Amino acid sequence: MAEDSFLTDDLLRQLINVGEVDILVGLPTHNNAKTIGSIVQTIQSGILRWFPRERAVIINADGGSRDGTPELVTGASIDDVRRGSNPYALRTLHSISTKYANSPAAPVAFRTILAAAELLQAKACVVMSPESSSVEDEWISKLLRPVRNDGFDLVAPTYRRHKFEGLLITNLLYPVTRALYGVRLREPYAQEFGFSGRLGGEFLTQNVWDDGSPGDGIELRFTLAAITTQHRMCQCFLGQKDHVEQRGADLVPALRQTVGPLFSALEPDFPFWSAVSGSQPLPTLGPEHEVLLDLVRVNRKRLREMFATGVAELAAVFQSILSPDTLAELQRIALLEENDFEYPAELWVKTVYEFAASYHKSVISRDHIIQALAPLFRGRALAFITEHRNGSAEDVENSIEALCLEFERLKPYLLEIWKSRE
Amino acid sequence: MREMIISELSQAMHELARGFAHYLPRLIVMLILAFAGWAIAYVAKVLLRSILRLIQFDRLSENAGAAQLLTKAALPSATEVVSRFVFWIVWLGFVLLGVSVLGIMGLQEQIGKFFYFLPRLFVAMFILFVGLLAASFFSRAALLAAVNANVPSPRVLSLAIRSIIIVFVLSIVFEELGIAEQTMLVAFGIGFGALMLGLAIAFGFGGRDLAQRFLEQRFVRAKKDENEDEFSPL
Repeated sequence: MAEDSFLTDDLLRQLINVGEVDILVGLPTHNNAKTIGSIVQTIQSGILRWFPRERAVIINADGGSRDGTPELVTGASIDDVRRGSNPYALRTLHSISTKYANSPAAPVAFRTILAAAELLQAKACVVMSPESSSVEDEWISKLLRPVRNDGFDLVAPTYRRHKFEGLLITNLLYPVTRALYGVRLREPYAQEFGFSGRLGGEFLTQNVWDDGSPGDGIELRFTLAAITTQHRMCQCFLGQKDHVEQRGADLVPALRQTVGPLFSALEPDFPFWSAVSGSQPLPTLGPEHEVLLDLVRVNRKRLREMFATGVAELAAVFQSILSPDTLAELQRIALLEENDFEYPAELWVKTVYEFAASYHKSVISRDHIIQALAPLFRGRALAFITEHRNGSAEDVENSIEALCLEFERLKPYLLEIWKSRE
Repeated sequence: MREMIISELSQAMHELARGFAHYLPRLIVMLILAFAGWAIAYVAKVLLRSILRLIQFDRLSENAGAAQLLTKAALPSATEVVSRFVFWIVWLGFVLLGVSVLGIMGLQEQIGKFFYFLPRLFVAMFILFVGLLAASFFSRAALLAAVNANVPSPRVLSLAIRSIIIVFVLSIVFEELGIAEQTMLVAFGIGFGALMLGLAIAFGFGGRDLAQRFLEQRFVRAKKDENEDEFSPL
């Protein structure tokens, strides 16, 4: 009950009316009217179908939507779903919506969900993305059952993706998490995941809410906290991942949401990750990954141009962040033609590690360090796309595996520069 | 005649001895103040140097761009320069205090002016340092944003922002120091106006093609690029 004061009086009243629950579904939203109706119905359908006898609640933490999102959540009628799925469901399914602020803040939304879960003494919880257009009712079961039945504390998703989708995950987040934390977690930054009430309660008490670290990427901090506190984790294959605004995704905000929190977590987690060597696989339900190979057009010329411009124009910034050897090598590859372009794995690993060490030492503003990584990531993405234009799923997977091993091999290099720059 | 000369000389010697006896204690006080001032200034320098090293002042000045200026001027590190500056200011303050004890007419007023000027000097230095820091921060932020947004000539944009901030800061610093206030005000007005006018003309005529490319990229090519598959990084 430590988080009572954090929740509004109105929300507390509603939660007290609900009483204890077995399952809690968290739904952070902000202007998601386009998708939220169908997602709520899918969630309701999933609960009625897979957990008909459990006491369940949907908690919508809204960041000041102006398109009627909260009304759509609370107004979604369960009767339609009940008729179509399980007419014998005995329990009442509550839907509660609360506005935590007038503007979206992922950590506050997540904290609201965790605090509600603690207050309701939920045994198993799941957070669902409000943007996913491909969510299925089976996802609820896949993410909750390992917690309910098998005693896992965190269930991370894996998806079917196009070979060039999620390059920030396959080329940075997954390999770095694996090399440093020793866990082969394919999706460290998950939008949909299941967790136990125990893990949620422990995370609530951690000093991550007011430590001045970047606000976004709290999901990543949650995952890393589960690893460092050695909770039981597994992965579960959900199916195809699709976002409504997928094409408009911007790289710099994505880096701020993921790489920022990852680099930030390396400081408090240093005693843990500095003692880890190698990596261990996680129990996985279903395939660990599936790759789509559809033919697509990618603007490689633009990627190369932005990489070369970045390396040339940001030379002064890179001098503060990178070692002279790494910078010289980057300046060399920036001159390569589009078809001959390559960004070798070793150079990419050194780039990322030197950025992490510079972030640790705050050689310049930390946000500027994250922004400076964007053009270099574009270079790495271009090299990956060029290398695997005609590559099979196996080639792509082998390449990612080789990159992960390179990150693991060069981990002593990170430790060396981490300490030398103290 | 001879006795008269001896008497005058003797009187002069007495006057000199009396004058010397009158000034000697003050001279000793001045020397003591100068020596004590040196010792205090030295301790202040050592202490300040340690504190500045502890807070990594050199890195801060590097970020502000001050370190580059010092290197170009063949000066030591920012920590060393600030420590030495404080040493000389403190010692000079004590020496002037000692000189004022001598009671030399005319010097008193100048010494008073010096002590009145000291706080303004420190404020001006602080404004200059913070200004350089702000100029460096905002110009780098502009550079990064421009590079990531694929805006043409990002370095020119960054340099323009840096120059505007530095000119603005220098005008405040001179005003604080009270150096040629009117001249600096007029010079700033003319300089700033000329810079803005130059930028406007350059953008209108010299940078016509650049502006065209920029607007095309912003509103025409952006749509085309979106259609060419760009994958979500997450």
